[in-house]
Amino acid sequence: MNNSEDNWLYTISSKKKLIDFNFKEIWRYRDLLILFVKRDIVTLYKQTILGPLWYLIQPLFTALTFTIIFNKVANIETGEIPPFLFNLAGVSIWNYFNSCLTATSDTFKSNAAIFGKVYFPRIIVPLSIIISNLVKFGIQIIIFIVFYVIYYLQGADVHLDLSIVLFPILILLMGLFGLGLGMIISSLVTKYRDLKFLVSFGVQLLMYLSAVMYPLALVREKMPKMAWLVEYNPLAYIVETARFMLLGQGTITVFGIIYTISIIFMTLFFGIIIFNRTEKTFIDTV
Amino acid sequence: MSNIILSVSNISKQYRLGLVGTGTLSHDLNRWWYAIRGKEDPFLKVGGVNDRSQKATSDYVWALKNIDFKVEQGEVLGIIGKNGAGKSTLLKILSRVTSPSTGEIKTKGKIASLLEVGTGFHPELTGLENIYLNGAILGMTKAEIKSKEDEIIEFSGCKMYIDTPVKRYSSGMRVRLAFAVAAFLEPDILVIDEVLAVGDAEFQKKAIGKMQDISKGDGRTVLFVSHNMVAVQNLCSRCIVLENGEIIKDGDTQEAINTYLSIGAITSNFKRVVDHEVKNVYIHDIQLLNDKNEMFNIIKSGDDFNLVIGVKSKKQVDNIIVELGVDGSNGERLVYLSNQLIERVIGLLPGENKIKLQIKKFPFLPGDYALAINLKETNGAKLDNVKNEFRFRVEGGDFFNTGKLNVKSRGKYLLEHDIFKI
Repeated sequence: MNNSEDNWLYTISSKKKLIDFNFKEIWRYRDLLILFVKRDIVTLYKQTILGPLWYLIQPLFTALTFTIIFNKVANIETGEIPPFLFNLAGVSIWNYFNSCLTATSDTFKSNAAIFGKVYFPRIIVPLSIIISNLVKFGIQIIIFIVFYVIYYLQGADVHLDLSIVLFPILILLMGLFGLGLGMIISSLVTKYRDLKFLVSFGVQLLMYLSAVMYPLALVREKMPKMAWLVEYNPLAYIVETARFMLLGQGTITVFGIIYTISIIFMTLFFGIIIFNRTEKTFIDTV
Repeated sequence: MSNIILSVSNISKQYRLGLVGTGTLSHDLNRWWYAIRGKEDPFLKVGGVNDRSQKATSDYVWALKNIDFKVEQGEVLGIIGKNGAGKSTLLKILSRVTSPSTGEIKTKGKIASLLEVGTGFHPELTGLENIYLNGAILGMTKAEIKSKEDEIIEFSGCKMYIDTPVKRYSSGMRVRLAFAVAAFLEPDILVIDEVLAVGDAEFQKKAIGKMQDISKGDGRTVLFVSHNMVAVQNLCSRCIVLENGEIIKDGDTQEAINTYLSIGAITSNFKRVVDHEVKNVYIHDIQLLNDKNEMFNIIKSGDDFNLVIGVKSKKQVDNIIVELGVDGSNGERLVYLSNQLIERVIGLLPGENKIKLQIKKFPFLPGDYALAINLKETNGAKLDNVKNEFRFRVEGGDFFNTGKLNVKSRGKYLLEHDIFKI
């Protein structure tokens, strides 16, 4: 009779382990993850006339605006690559990071109602955001391919690099970086709302430091003293690498790759720790 | 043989009072400083008792303090208490929404909570899609939901609307759908908080029936929080009563309900707080006296009931109206008494006045009652009133002089009567 005393399924207590990442539990909730992704995609453009077309309109018009402002007005050189294609590649990738970051950084606050009622592994929500944005990104990359083919047929000097096979991994890294950073911010924002303001304009500023509308080489050439700001930004490196893979132009180094990957995993690791600590009691402060 | 499925030991939960502001940052830094040196959180040592009506004595409050209980497999445990007693906090900790400040909960089964139905419904999705989404949020897998889909739709009674977005549902329909999903969950321990407050009578009946099936039929454990004493009595085999974050009673449902109902009952001697002295006429105390003019606490049905109301007046009033009402525990007016009804003139002199009410053979059944007193002038001008402040308890007594000390009746009143053959 007493031997069952030790047979507890789990314990709820105030003690927190540093890393409490329960893969088994997350796997058990995989259906929830899928349903969340489905919900995000299906409901986003409900009751709109253009529906999922909005997925395409956003990057197209942003790329168009960038082309007019930065390339036609400000005369930024994009080398052999047609400026519109250059911008479209940058914008699509940047948008993926941007939407991952802004959505995950709001995880606790926007889900407070549901988190306050039921328990499920909280990380399911940011994960679902990363995945549903991936679907959105997938649609956007199709439109990129369409323009790519059009420009290619018109004789533009673009070619896919062999490393394109690693493109999915690059995108995954971008998503993980957004996830890690988003989790850190979402955890802090539960208590200190100040960060909410920082994120909304910080992301905008970050874009200018991330080589989205200019090649990395251009900064080195024009502002050698300030170039480190961009060079040590893992995001700039990812955007540059993506352009190298897609358009065959860009400057990448082995050091840069290792540096970027290690920064991303450190952020992710730190994000998971702080997220785990927060998820237990955030409902008291949010 | 005891088969403990859930063991709660020494659970406490501390909350911060007031706003989160710059002070929070310094407390956080302080906490962190203690944490890295491996010391205990310094703020866990402070904290006042969770009594909502009192002024806070500290920045922190114990919403729950040293909660200890065990639940056996198949038991339906009721958790009752006044608003803010800590019921929902306890359920939140049990359902892992938030973690306790101290203590430990061990469980042998999966806990699913039904804290507020309709959580996680997305208004744009259809009823069916929401069944899947909500089921998954509550911890079911897709396959499990699929196998119960028809039953859930049937139970909800929303078959016609199942392909309509939930935003077009009436609130009752939403509750029905949500409860239906939760009712088909199969956790070992089900936590339910006030779900029956909404929904029509037919659905409430259905829901209570379903919960009885869950506990009795399937042998699952249920923790049930409610203010609906009828539902608690019907469902629960055992109850704990929380007050100010502490367990004040753990045991038989009926006893626990009685304890709960007596919280806040004041008897025999009532003194008014001082700030009423600004009025010209005010009731300053009320005393319950027996026939020998002794104060007493508990009235028995059939006792003589004497009430002395002390009234202070600053002026002379020749003729006032004294109205008295006795209210039941649900606030319903049971009787109305007045000096006008019996055409008795009462005047007040400056200074202390005493007004006595006499009732021969108190006719109420055991329970808790509140006394309302209203003083006014004959022209209708209000002088002073007492409402819901003076409560007293009635216990079973020998009303009919038959020697039985606890007269039982199905009605609300006892009435002296005679029945015989002619």
